Amino acid sequence: MGQIQLNQVSKSFGSVEVIPPLDLTIEDGEFVVFVGPSGCGKSTLLRLIAGLEDVTEGHVTIDGQDATEVVPAKRGLAMVFQSYALYPHMSVRKNIAFPLRMAGLDKAQQDKSVAQAAEVLNLTDYLDRRPGQLSGGQRQRVAIGRAIVREPAAFLFDEPLSNLDAALRVGMRLEISELHKRLKTTMIYVTHDQVEAMTMADKIVVLQAGVIEQVGSPLELYQRPRNTFVAGFIGSPKMNLIQGPGADKYGAATIGIRPEHIDINEEEGLWHGTVGVSEHLGSDTFFHVQCNASHEPLTVRATGEMALEYGAEVHLTPRTEHLHKFDAKGLRME
Amino acid sequence: MATQHSRSAARLMMAPAVVLLLGWMLVPLTMTLYFSFKKYLPMRGDSLANGLDWVGFANYARFVTSSSFWPSVYATLVIVGGVLVITVILGIFLALLLDQPMWGQGVVRILVIAPFFVMPTVSGLVWKNMFMDPVNGFFAHVWRSVGAEPIEWLSQASLPSLILIVSWQWLPFATLILLTAFQSLDQEQLEAAEMDGARWPQRFVFIVLPHLSRAITVVLLIQTIFLLSIFAEIFVTTQGSFGTKTLTYLIYQRVLESQNVGLGSAGGVYAIILANIVAIFLMRIVGKNLDA
Ligand SMILES: Nc1ncnc2c1ncn2[C@@H]1O[C@H](COP(=O)(O)OP(=O)(O)O)[C@@H](O)[C@H]1O
Ligand SMILES: [Mg+2]
Repeated sequence: MGQIQLNQVSKSFGSVEVIPPLDLTIEDGEFVVFVGPSGCGKSTLLRLIAGLEDVTEGHVTIDGQDATEVVPAKRGLAMVFQSYALYPHMSVRKNIAFPLRMAGLDKAQQDKSVAQAAEVLNLTDYLDRRPGQLSGGQRQRVAIGRAIVREPAAFLFDEPLSNLDAALRVGMRLEISELHKRLKTTMIYVTHDQVEAMTMADKIVVLQAGVIEQVGSPLELYQRPRNTFVAGFIGSPKMNLIQGPGADKYGAATIGIRPEHIDINEEEGLWHGTVGVSEHLGSDTFFHVQCNASHEPLTVRATGEMALEYGAEVHLTPRTEHLHKFDAKGLRME
Repeated sequence: MATQHSRSAARLMMAPAVVLLLGWMLVPLTMTLYFSFKKYLPMRGDSLANGLDWVGFANYARFVTSSSFWPSVYATLVIVGGVLVITVILGIFLALLLDQPMWGQGVVRILVIAPFFVMPTVSGLVWKNMFMDPVNGFFAHVWRSVGAEPIEWLSQASLPSLILIVSWQWLPFATLILLTAFQSLDQEQLEAAEMDGARWPQRFVFIVLPHLSRAITVVLLIQTIFLLSIFAEIFVTTQGSFGTKTLTYLIYQRVLESQNVGLGSAGGVYAIILANIVAIFLMRIVGKNLDA
C-alpha cells in the first residue's frame, strides 16, 4: 500500500512562503512526477512528504494514517537523493544493507535481501567496492538498491538523473520505469525536465512557485493544458504562444499551437514569414519562422526530408482543430 | 611542468630554498650528533678550542640509565596522551556545538579559537597564578566557597594540571580542524541515514565519525609532534618537579643546569629518533586514510 494525501499543506521558511496551501492525492501504485522550473518548490514538497521538513500548516496522510508528526524513518518511505547520498566509507553491500541493519535484521536476512536487490540492479559484481570506485550510473543503482531493500510504501526520487550524462539518463529512465512496472509500488519522482515527466509518469503534477498548475496524465496535459504556463512548459519543442492581432482573430488573448500542428509550404497559407534557423533531426525538421502573426519566431515541425534556405519566404497555416485558446488571465477557454 | 626545459628551470629556481632548508636542518643535527659522542663539560674547562675527548656511546648509555630517564618518558607519554584524548573528544563536542546555527556565531567562534593565540609562557603563568594558586587562585576561591580545602594544583596534581593547561591551548586547534570537517559532511548523507532508520547516536557512529576520521588523524599527527616538545608550560609552572619532567625538559636540564652538553646531545638524538618513529607511524595511518 502506498496512498499519500496532502491536505492544505503549506511550507514557509521564515517569512517566505515557498508552498502555499495545496491539496494532492497520490494513489497506490501510481508513478507521479512533480515537474516545474528550478526553485519552484518540488524538492521542498517531496521533503515534506518524506518528513525531512516539517509542514507549516496542513496534514500529510499515508495510507489513511495521519503522518504529519511521524518521523521520517517511520513513514515507510524510501528516498533517492540527487547526490545519491551513498555512505562513502562503506562497501556497496554495506550501503544497501544499511537500512536493514538499522532495522535490526539478522545477517542472513540482510544478505538475502542485498543479493536480491543486487541481482535486480545488476550490481552483483560490485558488492565489495566502495561508492567512490563506481560510475555515476552504478552509484545511482546502489542508491536505488538501498531504497528497494526496505520494501517501502512509496519511493521518493529527487532529480535522480540530473548528474548523469544524456545517454545514461535515457537508460536509467527506462530502468526506473521498468522497476515501477515490476514492483508496482507508488513512486514520486521530482524533475525539472519535462521529457522525463512525459515519458515516465502515470500522472504529472506541474508546479510553479509552489502552486499546482495542473494535475493529469501526460497526454491530458499535452492535449489540454489548463493555462499558458503548462502549455509552454509541457512539450518539446515548446508550444508556440501568440498574442496580439494574431490571437484577436480567434477571440482569445493568447493562442497556442504546437509545432506539429502548423502546415508549412512555399505557395500559400494563412500567415506569411521568412525561415530562420532550421534544425534537422533526421526524422523531423524544425524551422524557426519569423512571421507576421507573432513577434516571436514560430517553431514549425516538418518531415525530415523538407529543406528550406535561410531567409526563404514561406506560408504557414495552423490546424484550427488543434488550436489552444487562452483568456487574458492565461486560462484555457472553451 | 611538462617539458624537460621547464622541469630543469623549476629545479634551478627551487635550489636556493632547498639548500637553505637543508643547511637549517643539517647544521644543528650534525652538531648534536657530534657533541653526543664527546665529553663536553664547559664548566670543567672543556672547550671546542682545546679539542673534546671522544667517549663513544658513553653519553647514550648514561642518558638512558640515569634514574630520571624512565620517569621522563612516562611523564611525556602521559601528557601527550592525556592532551590528545581531551582535545579530540572535547574538540568533536565543541565542533558539533559550533556547527549549530546560533546567535552571535561569529563572535563565539573567535572566542573559542582565542586560546590558540596566547603564548605558551603567558598561558602557563596565567593558569599558575590566576587559577591554580593555592592562596589567591580562582580555583582556591571556588574550593573555599564550598568549604573545602584548596588543592595545591601544581604540586598535588601536577600532571593533570599540566594536561589541563596544554589542553586548553590545543583545544582550539582540534576544534577548528574538526569543525571544517563537519562542515564538509554532505547533509544529504545524514538525511539518507535518517530515512534509513538511523537514530542520532547511530548516525554519529556510522556517518559522522567515519567522515571525521581523516581530520582526527591529522589532529593526532600534528598535535603529537608539537606536544612532544612542550617546554615553556613546564618551565614557568613546575620547573620539572613533581613528576613533570618530560624528555624535552630532561634534555634542557642536562645541557643547561648540569652543563653537560654531550649528555644532553645524546638525549636530543633519542628525542629525534622518538619523534621520527611517531611521525612514520602516524604518516602511515594518514596515508592509509587518504587512499580510501
Ligand atoms: N532550508 C531552506 N531555507 C530557506 N529557503 C529554502 C530552503 N529550502 C528551499 N528554500 C527555498 O524554497 C524554494 C524552493 O526550493 P526547492 O524546493 O529546492 O526547489 P526545486 O527543488 O523545485 O528546485 C527556493 O526558492 C529555495 O530558495
Ligand atoms: Mg530540487
